Amino acid sequence: MEKDEFVIEVEHLTKRFGNFTAVDDITFDVRRGEIFGFLGANGAGKTTAMRMLTGLSFPTSGTGHVAGFDIRTQSELIKKHIGYMSQKFALYGDLTVNDNMELFAGIYGVPRNEVKTRIDMLLDRLSLSAEKNSPVKDLPQGWKQKIAFSVAIIHKPEIVFLDEPTGGVDPAARRQFWELIYEAVDEGITAFVTTHYMDEAEYCNRISMMVDGRIDALDSPASLKEKYGASSIAEVFDILARGAERSE
Amino acid sequence: MKEFFAFVRKEFLHIFRDRKTLLVLVGLPTVLIVLFGFAISTEIRNVNIGLLSMDDDISITRLMQKIDRSEYFTYVGKYASEAEVDEAMRRGEIDAALIFPAGFIPAMFGAEGAEMALVVDATNPNNASMEVMYLSRIVYGYFGDEMAGSGIGMPSDMPAGGASLTPNLRMLYNPQLKSSYNFVPGIMGLILMLICALMTSVSIVREKETGSMEVLLVSPVRPIYIVLAKMIPYFVISCAILLNILLLTIFVLKVPVEGSFFWMILVSLIYIILSLGIGMFVSSIVKTQIIATLICGMIFLIPVMMFSGMLYPIESMPVALQWFAQVIPAKWFIEAMRKIMIEGVPVRYVTTEILIMSGLAVLFFTAAVVKFKDRIE
Repeated sequence: MEKDEFVIEVEHLTKRFGNFTAVDDITFDVRRGEIFGFLGANGAGKTTAMRMLTGLSFPTSGTGHVAGFDIRTQSELIKKHIGYMSQKFALYGDLTVNDNMELFAGIYGVPRNEVKTRIDMLLDRLSLSAEKNSPVKDLPQGWKQKIAFSVAIIHKPEIVFLDEPTGGVDPAARRQFWELIYEAVDEGITAFVTTHYMDEAEYCNRISMMVDGRIDALDSPASLKEKYGASSIAEVFDILARGAERSE
Repeated sequence: MKEFFAFVRKEFLHIFRDRKTLLVLVGLPTVLIVLFGFAISTEIRNVNIGLLSMDDDISITRLMQKIDRSEYFTYVGKYASEAEVDEAMRRGEIDAALIFPAGFIPAMFGAEGAEMALVVDATNPNNASMEVMYLSRIVYGYFGDEMAGSGIGMPSDMPAGGASLTPNLRMLYNPQLKSSYNFVPGIMGLILMLICALMTSVSIVREKETGSMEVLLVSPVRPIYIVLAKMIPYFVISCAILLNILLLTIFVLKVPVEGSFFWMILVSLIYIILSLGIGMFVSSIVKTQIIATLICGMIFLIPVMMFSGMLYPIESMPVALQWFAQVIPAKWFIEAMRKIMIEGVPVRYVTTEILIMSGLAVLFFTAAVVKFKDRIE
């Protein structure tokens, strides 16, 4: 399969809202099985770009393929092959852990006879099997996010999109969360992560930095630091963001 | 379709996990029906009657016994003067009094006829007019029989006399003047609108507010399924409540249902669908639960009470408000239900109402779907 190496391929992707160009001619690709960090200040166009990749928004121009499907014409197929976790939403609080997992297993068409084993397996991995029948609202935020991540990969997607997944949790919980991402990647799932924690960017295989709707830098964290003569990704980001015209 | 059912199941779970809200939804109609049916009643009951009569005629005593026997009135006692009657009324001892002048009975059989007075405490004008109506009916009826029995009321003898002048008051459709009859369709209109429009819209908007809508939109569930799945549980609950109200109405309030059950239920189903459409429409134009609640409450619920004819008859409103009442969806439902349930008219007399409700339902659903598609892109 020709698409095998790249799970996301984007060429000259642009999105305009009236006179405002939210995403300005971006070109990049994401390799199968890597952790791709998608960085940028607020308002740089990260969310808009991600919305186009997940089939929520139609590009103004340019082309893109996600999991081998065209983002212009096959968004329904893309939706079946990706997982998505947003920062804002972590599951339905009034439903139990098991209800939430069954719901998304159902939505993503996990075969009925596999649902139970997969839920048990995921909860076991999180060491949260005891909480299977607890309402989600009673759990700490860090647990909710871990469960939300498990829900996002319950159907074994090719790519999981993580939109600011670690917002609002302590550093220890964030580290545990990244261990989960690594485990998922080991199983062959590609992770596409947006974050504004620059230390987390160091965990990625490659990162892109968006400024004013453009991708100004894209490489592995080590190469980027070398290229900009910086000691950390945060410094690289500062150097790039200095040229930004859009304020936060 | 499989994802659709997973979603419907989730909506049921939301509702059943939230026991308190469910209890309110199911309990509220029961409480309202019982309250309106029994407690808040515009019927008169236990009205105390006094008597002022200058003679001790047996006919008058029998009349008072007859009045006392009716379920509305209680004969309290006889007073000696008008001042005493006035005093008793001020003390709250009596609500109404019959006053017979001296020589009333003989005068009645005379050519001139006789006059009596009916004095009523009109502090509450509605009650007063009901009391006058009921009392005069009893009095007319009683003396009518009296005169007929005496043979004096014959046309040849006295063409314009007593019995032939008795006004014949007939209360159609609600012969016992039970006010609960009228409230039932009104409460149905209110409750069904509350559940279908308010609960549905709040439930859809909640997903937007918490951000879960975004996650759902990224999933393979078709957006229209998300909304339809929300409606199914509320539709089921509405049907259960409809059944509950009908059973309470028939077996507890003992309202005789005149018309066809089939049409009654069909009209209710159309109204339920219409209300769901309103709920969906509201949810497609607002972003927060508070606004959804306000819109449903202010625009759809309060006018149901004020303008649907539930509390105040539309015919007695100013013309401008009468026009306004025509655009309240519940008004058409309540009118149709009244006609079928209480008047028992054949369905062809409610086609206007049915057509208007169906039209509104189509309108709201179309608007909501158009709005909903807009948002996705």
